Amino acid sequence: MSFLVGEDLTGGYGGPDILQGCAIAAERREITVVVGPNGAGKSTAMRALFGMLKLRSGKVRLDGEDITALAPQARARKGMGFVPQTDNVFRSMTVQENLEMGAFVRDDDISDTLEEVYGLFPALKDKRRQPAGELSGGQRQQVAIGRALMNRPRVLMLDEPSAGVSPIVSHELFERILDIARGGVAILIVEQNARQALELADKGYVLVQGRNRFTGTGAALLGNPEVRKSFLGG
Amino acid sequence: MEDVVNAVVLVTNFLVVPATAYGCQLALGALGVTLVYGVLRFSNFAQGETMSFGAMVTILFTWLLQSWGVGLGPLPTALLALPVGMGVTAGLCLLTDRWVFRFYRRTKAQPVIFLVVSVGLMFVMNGFIRFVIGPADRVFTDGTRFLLTVREFKAFTGLSEGLAIKTTQTLSLVVAVVLVVLLFWFLEKTRTGKSMRAYSDNEDLALLSGVSPEKVVAVTWLIVGALAAVAGTLYGLDKSYKPFTFLSLLLPIFAAAIVGGLGNPLGAIVGGFVVAFSEVFLTYPYRKFLAYLGPEGWRPDGLVQFLSTDYKFAISFFILVVVLLVKPTGVFSGKSS
Ligand SMILES: Nc1ncnc2c1ncn2[C@@H]1O[C@H](COP(=O)(O)OP(=O)(O)OP(=O)(O)O)[C@@H](O)[C@H]1O
Ligand SMILES: [Mg+2]
Repeated sequence: MSFLVGEDLTGGYGGPDILQGCAIAAERREITVVVGPNGAGKSTAMRALFGMLKLRSGKVRLDGEDITALAPQARARKGMGFVPQTDNVFRSMTVQENLEMGAFVRDDDISDTLEEVYGLFPALKDKRRQPAGELSGGQRQQVAIGRALMNRPRVLMLDEPSAGVSPIVSHELFERILDIARGGVAILIVEQNARQALELADKGYVLVQGRNRFTGTGAALLGNPEVRKSFLGG
Repeated sequence: MEDVVNAVVLVTNFLVVPATAYGCQLALGALGVTLVYGVLRFSNFAQGETMSFGAMVTILFTWLLQSWGVGLGPLPTALLALPVGMGVTAGLCLLTDRWVFRFYRRTKAQPVIFLVVSVGLMFVMNGFIRFVIGPADRVFTDGTRFLLTVREFKAFTGLSEGLAIKTTQTLSLVVAVVLVVLLFWFLEKTRTGKSMRAYSDNEDLALLSGVSPEKVVAVTWLIVGALAAVAGTLYGLDKSYKPFTFLSLLLPIFAAAIVGGLGNPLGAIVGGFVVAFSEVFLTYPYRKFLAYLGPEGWRPDGLVQFLSTDYKFAISFFILVVVLLVKPTGVFSGKSS
């Protein structure tokens, strides 16, 4: 069984169900990518996996354990990390404080992890005393990812990490994400830029209207003419 | 030259000193409003009554201490009773949260529902307070009344204008400074304080970083209750304690919190002083002040007062309206309009 599994996820924000029985699974050391049109429910699925959505049915399992009933705080303690699509930094707090908040559930010494994150994103070290809200989009994304890494997660979920970031920075960001995966973390990414993401993906899901439409390895999805036609622009 | 010095002393005595003490009291009150707004995301209209409740508990305990013959010498006995008032008020805030606000938090009620609920709580508390201590005016300060008297000042300087500083005014300043320093140290340096700021900044992100919302809310109420008790007691010591005044104090307190930007603690403090100084400076008759500065023997005809003191609350209202029109997020950019 996969490391992180969401099965038959069904639910929404109180109105109609946004997720209609979709299933997503992520493996350690692998990159799993979720793509799909706007409003397909990709972000909603991420929120569901992290316990931030009231599910009508479906289960979430982490390392074989059923965590469906756990609150987000409890999932953070279990080693899950999540970088939301929007509002993913504490704007009024400094870069360093953002990173410290990422390690909130840890009781041990965090200075090594802090150095690791600064090693991964050297630009942040110079700006550690600056409020995160004042940074550029790319650096803000780095803070957001760094914050999630501070918890030394076993699963890292990233919702459109390259949105609003220049292609060069985005390329750099994906390099870092690959490094993180090699460190043993299960990575689940939602991406707008489907082609770039699927090229790195070990596994990919195409979500449409809250349901799984296609599933396969990154290469298989890229090679599938139907996927290409509908979601990759030919 | 001596006339100019006299004019300055006059302004210091009648304006700067009282406004500073009043500003401290407002700042502490506004901090409570702004902290509740930042963390719980609603305007707490029960803040005035919470201050009143804190002052009441302090007064009751002060009376008890006085009946035992316990005092603080030159300082008001109320200072000794204040920790009890702070503790009881903090406890009351926790209880009202448990009994009232938590239900609406669980049902994810709109902020305006919270606001209306807090108005209801305000009336209940007001009734309870009048039931317990009665509606009368209470003077409960004891010890040395003045730190510096007019006579001492005149004898020392030889000026014709005097300067008096009341013990309670000094106390307002000292206590407010100590509490504000403690509060900022707590918010900036401690883990719990940082989690409070994080929760106030971005609730969702705080939750998924592992912050427990119930704990943040509880700590916030503890702080708000304790600060409110201090603000109410200092105000009561400086003027007098009367349950009715706290309803009208709501306006300057909210004006202070909104001027500084709701949710911004530093802004609330600055806002407290802006409102206090505006109120005092705009309702003062400048006749004597101008007489000192003008030519020998000249006096302005009228009182030279911008507004009668009866209208001092109109000043808070005016400040509030101007800020909401010009910069709804407050001068220091709070969270919301
Ligand atoms: N907080 C919310 N409350 C109510 N409805 C919401 C909320 N967030 C999203 N929705 C609705 O849920 C649906 C799916 O939104 P979601 O954000 O999950 O899509 P997405 O696939 O992430 O889209 P995008 O590519 O634009 O990020 C949309 O119809 C959206 O309007
Ligand atoms: Mg999305």
